[in-house]
Amino acid sequence: MEHRRGSYRNGRDAAALPTKGSNMSYIIDRRLNGKKKSTVNRQRFLRRYKAHIKKAVGEAMNSRSITDMDKGERISIPTRDISEPVFSHGPGGHVEQVLPGNREFVTGDRIPRQGQQGGSGGSGSGASDSGEGVDDFVFQISQEEFLDFMFEGLQLPNMIKRRLAGNESFQVVRAGISEEGTPGRINVVRSMRAANARRIALTSGKRRNIRELETELEREEDKDPALRDMRRIEHLRGKIDEIRQRIARVPFLDDFDLKYNLLMRQPRPRSKAVMFCLMDVSGSMNQATKDMAKRFFLLLYLFLRRSYEYTEVVFIRHHTSAKEVDEEEFFYSRETGGTIVSSALKLMRRVMRERYPASEWNIYGAQASDGDNWNDDSSTCHKILIDDIMPEVQYYSYVEITPRDHQALWEEYESVRGLFPDHFAMEQIVDIQDIYPVFRQLFSQKVAA
Amino acid sequence: MLDTYPTGTTPPDTESSGPISTSSEWTFELVQKYDAAIGELAEEFGLDTYPNQIEIISSEQMMDAYSSVGMPVGYNHWSFGKQFISVENSYQRGLMGLAYEIVINSNPCIAYLMEENTMTMQALVIAHASYGHNSFFKGNYLFRSWTDAGSIIDYLIFAKNYISRCEERYGLDEVEAILDSCHALMNFGVDRYKRPYPISAEEEERRQKEREEYRQRQLNDLWRTIPKMGEGEEEKPVNHFPEEPQENLLYFVEKHAPLLENWQRELVRIVRKLAQYFYPQRQTQVMNEGWASFWHYTLLTELHKRGRVTDGFMMEFLQSHTNVIYQPPFDSPYYSGINPYTLGFSIFSDLRRICENPTDEDRQWFPDIAGSNWKETLQFAMRDFKDESFILQFLSPKVMRDMKLFCINDDDRENDIVIGPIHDEDGYRQLRANLAGQYNLGNREPNIQVFSVDTRGDRSLTLHHTQHRRRPLGKDSSEVMRHLHRLWGFDVHLHSLHGDEITASYHCPEQGRDRAEGEEESMLIPKPI
Repeated sequence: MEHRRGSYRNGRDAAALPTKGSNMSYIIDRRLNGKKKSTVNRQRFLRRYKAHIKKAVGEAMNSRSITDMDKGERISIPTRDISEPVFSHGPGGHVEQVLPGNREFVTGDRIPRQGQQGGSGGSGSGASDSGEGVDDFVFQISQEEFLDFMFEGLQLPNMIKRRLAGNESFQVVRAGISEEGTPGRINVVRSMRAANARRIALTSGKRRNIRELETELEREEDKDPALRDMRRIEHLRGKIDEIRQRIARVPFLDDFDLKYNLLMRQPRPRSKAVMFCLMDVSGSMNQATKDMAKRFFLLLYLFLRRSYEYTEVVFIRHHTSAKEVDEEEFFYSRETGGTIVSSALKLMRRVMRERYPASEWNIYGAQASDGDNWNDDSSTCHKILIDDIMPEVQYYSYVEITPRDHQALWEEYESVRGLFPDHFAMEQIVDIQDIYPVFRQLFSQKVAA
Repeated sequence: MLDTYPTGTTPPDTESSGPISTSSEWTFELVQKYDAAIGELAEEFGLDTYPNQIEIISSEQMMDAYSSVGMPVGYNHWSFGKQFISVENSYQRGLMGLAYEIVINSNPCIAYLMEENTMTMQALVIAHASYGHNSFFKGNYLFRSWTDAGSIIDYLIFAKNYISRCEERYGLDEVEAILDSCHALMNFGVDRYKRPYPISAEEEERRQKEREEYRQRQLNDLWRTIPKMGEGEEEKPVNHFPEEPQENLLYFVEKHAPLLENWQRELVRIVRKLAQYFYPQRQTQVMNEGWASFWHYTLLTELHKRGRVTDGFMMEFLQSHTNVIYQPPFDSPYYSGINPYTLGFSIFSDLRRICENPTDEDRQWFPDIAGSNWKETLQFAMRDFKDESFILQFLSPKVMRDMKLFCINDDDRENDIVIGPIHDEDGYRQLRANLAGQYNLGNREPNIQVFSVDTRGDRSLTLHHTQHRRRPLGKDSSEVMRHLHRLWGFDVHLHSLHGDEITASYHCPEQGRDRAEGEEESMLIPKPI
């Protein structure tokens, strides 16, 4: 095998320097080569310790401040759980060990045992399992991975109605072969195939002629020299040459052989979702309760964003009257007063009709409240939900954040759930630890009935 | 043509004066020049090497290489991912500088250089890996007879492809389970006395098919339960199987486990082969690193002597060199065992000194070596020894004094730890023998062998652990037994023997309440995997 000695391969400045001597080496720039060689192994690792990571993610959900809900996370796994066991020596027995750096010892000195000694006998590997055993194996997962774990096994219910909306999104797809196109799109294989076919078609008759003439020529040449008709031989040869030239004149590649890859723009269905966050901000809702509601909304938002390309959020807060607000106001301003839940539902209904027609949008509703309501208002809520909201939305979830007993609103909502069991869900949250489990419960994948 | 290359190609006589470079930035051209200069010197010193392939990589790629134990093509397994994550963690937190280099025992010998290194570091790595380690791989008898540098890459490719095909066909979990179990027994998958054949990937693939058929036949014979008819011969009394104890547990599993599928046997074989490939490295760590360090030191100081590198270069080089060969004393918080670089470097350097400037002590201790040609003596020391015998043969009193080596005697029947031989006239020989013993893999790893298989009964497999100085097995043992059980498919037993007396037993699935001392109950309940 011929070696190019002492040259750069893959090099940025790939100049081959002439060199001498027998010890020359290849020097290769591999920096541009595959980087993430270990990605697969990393994924295998995450896959194996899914249970641990999920638990850590669940805990993180509860302890995190709301603003960095969707960051990556440090995961720590007890070293014992991920150690790879091997047969090794345990502590005990009689160990002789040579150590460096003697200062004061002479043969025969006796040192009282100090507990820590005795274990790390002989091998270098022994030291690490006894020494660092308590430490956890800690590592960082990325935001992407974090969300994957967070929403693993969850599913948005009723995704069927993902609407095709807007026509600004196109996807370029291959659409076969065309006779015309730009040179950049030439399909070499198909062009050559066409050229070949054309050449065969245009020359087959001529080649048949040649074959006939050649057999005739052969017959003539095989005759006894005295009987040969030289003129005829000349004539045949001339004819064969002429046909050969004609064959040669058939162009190797002709304009109409050229075939082009045809690309077409295909409109791509774009799914859009809108999420309505409804929250009670009446006097009975304190900051802690609102904080819990916010966590719940945020989870829902992150989840929707993963499932839809485009997600909008509408914030509606209410006490006795409802108002559409921005995020800041939604979460942080305080109001006092009584509670009329139906005001928020009415506003939601109006916004839906005005801006988010159900024919174009996937609508999700999420409502949080402490369960307080004017007594005679709850039945109004029931009516609005059943008549106007539930037929339009994909899913409506209600969380009641209260340690107390349920009131009229809960009962009314329960009857709504009875009517729309697949599209309506409600849960109670008592404290912050409940949020993530409740969320999982609401969206856990339902086995297809 | 030659004229078009204005620099770097002038004839050697004019080139070999003046420093090769003065800045700390490296370029491809400079790497090439240093390599040429170092290579020339190495040849002068009589180093015989495989051709070199020097690859420049980024730190991330270095971490990749690091976590797949330096294998350029590795099969996929979660443990490599774990390794990668922990390397990445400590690197990012600045706890650990990456190794400057990784070198692969292959032909051509592949060495990785990190792009972040300075020119000095690149030169150091080239001298250390591409000429030091490389010549060791080519020269040392263990590597010569146990590994085949020409075929390892091919084999790794075969292994990777085979394993990923298995994953497709049988599922990730199945493959992972078998690999986990094999890894647990990897250190016991080594033939210490037989030489394996070097083979290429295609060859391996062809043979793999043959093996499948052959194995099945062999197995059928062992596990035959239907009596042979019409052979006229009475059935012989059941032989003890295996007739001799077997030390290669993985080999035994591969050949005799009753229930493994063929592909599972092939996986066992792959792990076994890799263990075999790494076996010489485990046995020659001190020598290998010592040899490479000795040569990077010798080659670069020689370059400096000849004026090819600047004083600044030397300062930087010496600083890293001293870091590499630093040995913290036993009571330092940084102490983590004897630094193989220090020990190896000291022995080789002292050997040179003994050859060149022998003292009376040296003449008495090394009558054959003192005053001999140092290059030949070092070559001899490198070629025909492994760590254990190398230390036993060449560790000089001076090195023991310099490193202030001493031995402690830790017997759990005694109340005190007793200081054994130290670096004095009475202690040298015993100290040296003790240190050499410490590098005997047989002493470092428990001696566990296959003792018997109940071929006519419950098919259980029994292992014996022969204790070395009453040292018991570690706490992972029951866990490892579960892995062995997975591979074997029937009950497995392990008895730890002190003389003729069984001091501890491990079973999987667990039976009775036998157990090793000092273990937690919960750890001990081995569930069948």
